[in-house]
Amino acid sequence: MANEHSEKNHSVGYGTYVLIWLVLVGLTVTTVSISGINLGNIALAVALLIAAVKSAFVINIFMHIKFEEKIFKVFIAIALMTLLSVFVLTAFDVFFR
Amino acid sequence: MSENSESKPYINFLQAESKHKGIFKWILSTDHKRIGIMYMTGMMAFLLVGITLGFLMKLEMLTPGKTIMDAQTYNAFFTLHGVIMIFLFIIPGLPAVFGNFMLPLQIGARDVAFPRLNLLSWWLYVVGGIFAIASLFLQGGPIDTGWTFYVPYSLRTGTNVSLPLFAAFILGFSSILTGINFVTTVHRLRAPGMTFFKMPLFVWAIYSTAWIQVIATPVVGITIILVIVERAFSLGIFDPALGGDPLLFQHLFWIYSHPAVYIMILPAMGAVSEIIPTFAKRTIFGYKAIAFSSLAIAFIGYFVWAHHMFTTGISDTSRFIFSLLTFLVAIPSGVKVFNWVATLYKGSITPGAPLLFVMMFIFLFSIGGLTGLVLGSLATNVHVHDTYFVVAHFHYVMFGGTVMIFFAALHYWLPKMFGRMYNEKVAKWSIALIFIGFNMLYFTMFILGYEGQPRRYWDYLPQFQTLQIISTVGSWILISGILLMFGNLHRSIKRGAKAEANPWGGKTLEWTIPSPPPVHNFDEIPVITHGPYNYGEEEAK
Ligand code: HEM
Ligand SMILES: [Cu+2]
Repeated sequence: MANEHSEKNHSVGYGTYVLIWLVLVGLTVTTVSISGINLGNIALAVALLIAAVKSAFVINIFMHIKFEEKIFKVFIAIALMTLLSVFVLTAFDVFFR
Repeated sequence: MSENSESKPYINFLQAESKHKGIFKWILSTDHKRIGIMYMTGMMAFLLVGITLGFLMKLEMLTPGKTIMDAQTYNAFFTLHGVIMIFLFIIPGLPAVFGNFMLPLQIGARDVAFPRLNLLSWWLYVVGGIFAIASLFLQGGPIDTGWTFYVPYSLRTGTNVSLPLFAAFILGFSSILTGINFVTTVHRLRAPGMTFFKMPLFVWAIYSTAWIQVIATPVVGITIILVIVERAFSLGIFDPALGGDPLLFQHLFWIYSHPAVYIMILPAMGAVSEIIPTFAKRTIFGYKAIAFSSLAIAFIGYFVWAHHMFTTGISDTSRFIFSLLTFLVAIPSGVKVFNWVATLYKGSITPGAPLLFVMMFIFLFSIGGLTGLVLGSLATNVHVHDTYFVVAHFHYVMFGGTVMIFFAALHYWLPKMFGRMYNEKVAKWSIALIFIGFNMLYFTMFILGYEGQPRRYWDYLPQFQTLQIISTVGSWILISGILLMFGNLHRSIKRGAKAEANPWGGKTLEWTIPSPPPVHNFDEIPVITHGPYNYGEEEAK
């Protein structure tokens, strides 16, 4: 549908793609290496934070959402809010058990 | 619009030729109407298998101890019955058949947004079905975990678990693709002038459902993969013996499977909102309230899942929160029921078969919904959890709710889909049998459960026998009714009287084109100037 837009989307150069890819690899290495350190209660939060940053890169750059129409962003926001609520509600069980 | 003139013979979508021959004209067709009918064929076959298994289980329960099968067979039967009914019949459900067929017609479109993706959905459905069936005959034997696949048992049992799970995974993909297709279709392909608040309520319902399909289904997909991987490599995600958390499985499973019950019921509620105005010849009462309550149900439905886990040892805080949220769903559901009844009030009612099914739905679904509140309350839940009370409750909502409206929709839209009328008298007889049989079969289960009969048991105490016998006889009456109905519908498709374009006096767009519709639906895309149910009297401006 949004074909008219996709022409100018190629403004993202290959250099950027490679850079983002390197960042993603770097973050993966971080996740794996800090899993060996005992961070106690915040271990989960840190792992999720890194994962969130990574998916933000993938969604925005690789999946082009940064350059798409607003409606797609709204859709993704709804899905993310749902996911967040589900996490919070599950936490009510895990942390109060 | 009238039937086409005699001069040029009218070709409808059933007769139309394509570049393919024979059966390929169907199984490679991207026409949303053909895909809808193909889903219908597949789902009917699975429904009949499911019913047969239900019939045999009830026969086993005729006497205490062994009647016709041993315990292990019973375990496999209730699992297969559940898996077939849920994943292969009621989840594709109304969206796959009537969503596919009617959604483009009702919004004035020539097809769905992605016709090929639509065909892929159907193929995935078929492949999923084949995998599920294949698993029965492979080494290890049919799965016996119950349709909920709870760990740790599903990790330990020697029966075939991974293959049917994988089948459910594939079926999930089919469902997600359909959801994406419908969301896009509603956003992009509405006829000029059809604003969101001029869409028929069935479209609203399919739209809300499509969102749940897209957002909730991936969760069960991931969960299934985790179970398969854990079975293969003993990872220790769910298995307590390996340090895993079995309750995590239940959370993940129900994060999908509770919203899934709204995938089942919302489209049915949408069809009710079509049938009632047509048969009462009145504008729907509270259009916006009904439309928003669909969205509200879809939304709240995400946040109630742990009401399936009240007795598992989850924290008291979350028991309290989930019980409260569960009660909230009753509000939008109540909004719908009251609006439907208000639409009927002072209407000029024709008690045709579709409307009778709808009346039956309102009755049965109310019983199912209210007993849902008994289950949603923390105190009473403990007493009736995992008893026949639950079995009765979910058959009342799923079977008495969704499946009855599936039957209603078959009658309501049959003339449009096949250009034939069914026999009204036979239809009414079948409805009477279904109603009597259904209540004998399942109401007894409320009492049995309340008195302590656990679910998924092959045996029972002698004092339950009277009620069990009534229940089993009820299943015979119910099934005769269903067979009579199918016979009637089948005969009508073959030899029924020709149907006009608009036999019921419906106002939505599908009734403005000939029956059965032409391949491209509309010669000219209509321009919409008014709401969907304008029956003359006072219209909302
Ligand atoms: C003639 C029709 C039917 C009969 C006779 C029937 C009968 C039964 C029986 C006897 C059980 C097992 C009770 C137990 O021992 O726990 C059962 C379970 C179940 N039924 Fe039905 N049923 C019928 C139709 C349906 C329909 C239409 C649906 C859904 C659309 C459905 C969904 C289920 C599910 C999900 C279970 C639970 C399976 C499990 O415990 O894993 N049934 N049914
Ligand atoms: Cu639920």
